[in-house]
Amino acid sequence: MDLRPSDEQLQLIDAFGALYAKESTAERVRAAEPLGFDDRLWTQLVELGALSMAVDEDHGGWGASLLDLELVAEEHGRALGPAPLLESQVACRLLARIEGAAAADLLAAALTADRLVTVSPRTAASGTLALVPAGAVATDVIVRDGDRLVALPLDGTRTVPVTVGSQPLADVPVDRSSLASATVLADGAGAEVLDRALDDWLVLTAGALAGMAERAVRIGVDYAAEREAFDQKIGAFQAVGHRLADVATASAGATLLAREAAWADGEEPARRAELAAMAFSFAAETARDATAVALHVHGGYGFMLEYDIQLYYRRSRGWTNVLMSPAAAARRVADRRYGPKGAT
Amino acid sequence: MDFRLGESSETRRAEVREFLDAHMSLALEERVYRTGVSHDEDFTRALVERGWMAPSWPVEFGGQGLDPEEMVAVGEELRLADAPMYGIGTTMMVATVVLAVGTDEQKAEIIPKALAGDIVIVLGFSEPEAGSDVAAATTRAVPDGDEWVINGQKMFTTNAQIGDYVFLLTRTNAGVAKHKGLTMFLVPLRQPGVEIQAVFTLSGERTNIVYYNDVRVADAWRIGDVDGGWHAMTVALTNEHAAGFAAAIDRLLRAAESWARTTTDDDGVPRLEDGTVREALGRTAIDLEVSRLLQRRVAWMAATDQAIVAEGPMSKLFSSEALSARAQDMVEVVGPDALRSYFDPTAPAHGVIEHMLRFSLGTTIYAGTSEIHRNMIAQRGLGLPRNR
Repeated sequence: MDLRPSDEQLQLIDAFGALYAKESTAERVRAAEPLGFDDRLWTQLVELGALSMAVDEDHGGWGASLLDLELVAEEHGRALGPAPLLESQVACRLLARIEGAAAADLLAAALTADRLVTVSPRTAASGTLALVPAGAVATDVIVRDGDRLVALPLDGTRTVPVTVGSQPLADVPVDRSSLASATVLADGAGAEVLDRALDDWLVLTAGALAGMAERAVRIGVDYAAEREAFDQKIGAFQAVGHRLADVATASAGATLLAREAAWADGEEPARRAELAAMAFSFAAETARDATAVALHVHGGYGFMLEYDIQLYYRRSRGWTNVLMSPAAAARRVADRRYGPKGAT
Repeated sequence: MDFRLGESSETRRAEVREFLDAHMSLALEERVYRTGVSHDEDFTRALVERGWMAPSWPVEFGGQGLDPEEMVAVGEELRLADAPMYGIGTTMMVATVVLAVGTDEQKAEIIPKALAGDIVIVLGFSEPEAGSDVAAATTRAVPDGDEWVINGQKMFTTNAQIGDYVFLLTRTNAGVAKHKGLTMFLVPLRQPGVEIQAVFTLSGERTNIVYYNDVRVADAWRIGDVDGGWHAMTVALTNEHAAGFAAAIDRLLRAAESWARTTTDDDGVPRLEDGTVREALGRTAIDLEVSRLLQRRVAWMAATDQAIVAEGPMSKLFSSEALSARAQDMVEVVGPDALRSYFDPTAPAHGVIEHMLRFSLGTTIYAGTSEIHRNMIAQRGLGLPRNR
């Protein structure tokens, strides 16, 4: 057992941590609202290798492990990075798993940032691709259509709703003809490929939410250690300290579990998918609770937009629910352990 | 990073499983439950023969020199099987303290007998008016020549009725700060003035109130310095605080899975097909994984000589609270059949779910309540000011 990241990983954390400290300050995060996209941060992330690290040498990248990506995702969550990092990395990894020229061409364009590719966790069965993550800033979205995977250019109409988490989401109308004329990436096994991508996404989002929770706890603790009421620091009241202790404990667990799930991608394939759903479910609940507790500890100030903790509270909801609820992820854990419903 | 226990840990795990196959049975599990005594002579004998009374001790002291990771695997298997280890646990915990702070004579008297399974040592810490605030103990020890005279009352002295010695926390100085006037003794239990009264608990475990009326103990049985008892307590409690209940959550999960696979609803559909059941199982599996990770982190830190600050309390707090919450969920999900008690012949999965509900209540209380652990996490881990 070794729970310490390697020296190379620590360097990676430092490099991205320094970038976020400079380019994803609370001011910049606020300035990027309500769209939730900071072009300069995004450009610098790509320049630092955030996308090329996601795919192996054969596909023009440098083949970082999912654990490496997860460690970066923690930094992303800590800083509430207003950039489609996870969506793009997931898309690149998905494209790299598919044979054929269409996928290779789109991947090459994504890696050079000529295109910004995202993935839809939902289908267009209703005639709309609802709340496509990064859909407001992406040029292409990968969609499952039956058992096919297609890439839809996002050059037509799209609606960008204002959302609680200030994310660059979009509702995209999609009819049969646009699906029929879209670039086919995979003609068969689309569901499996998308499901695999969703596992990556769950792990990386778990890492981001764990980082977010950890920072939110720290913000709450710092406030409680400074603010006085009834002639003492409020952090000395057990009613305050104990709630922070609970979320600090969950935050430690969420980080360990997100890292374990990412590590399992290369090292324990039999548990990979189960751990991905576990990590997401637990990190989502943890970020949900940690941001709520840290906000509440601020009293009335927590309710004011001026204090940063509300930025964390809102994104914990947004980053989670655009994918799935913690309860849905718990059912996904059961699917992985026992087989899907109907298979028992 | 590597989240696997080392290869040698998995070897130890296999050895323990093999041992348990030979020496643990449903009948023994039931006897432990029915008597409320988590100690069994035959089982202890077998453990001694295997050399597993103190597997983490260095070989020269009679142990097997297992490292913290190997001990994680050993502990997980023993607890998963609900092996009768409580008496051995307290005995070896005190033996570890004797090894650390005892005199040569004490070591010579206690260690070989403890390793041979010939003695049971029990804990005399809590009192009617001093539970979580254990340093507020008032049981008095007064010097009389080269002896001490002890008067007072202790609560929750589990296994006192079969015990040979009690590791007793006493007040020897009432005129100083409460932590500074405590002294520890190893008091032989079978002597005049010691009165043991049985107490039965919700989990089925029998514990005791023990009264001490003019009990005399030689100064040679003092463990550590006069008024220096808190140090010996710290050595003992450090081991306790690294505890976790992952294995109990594992027991709960396995029982619930067995129920879900083998029980059908009115339409003949396996309960494992039910979304609510699946969600509850998924959550339990998640909490098990987190509990395991938090517990293993403590072992890894110990193995790599890192200072353990709030990590031990986090492991104990999270796993005991999760066990309580998930046992409650599972009782609700299983429905009326969950009411059938542990080892009642009509109970599903021989009633382990019902037992875990009752068992879980103690886990958030003993070895430091959840509130005590939250204090430690808030103050030592997060650096919040001390509370009043």
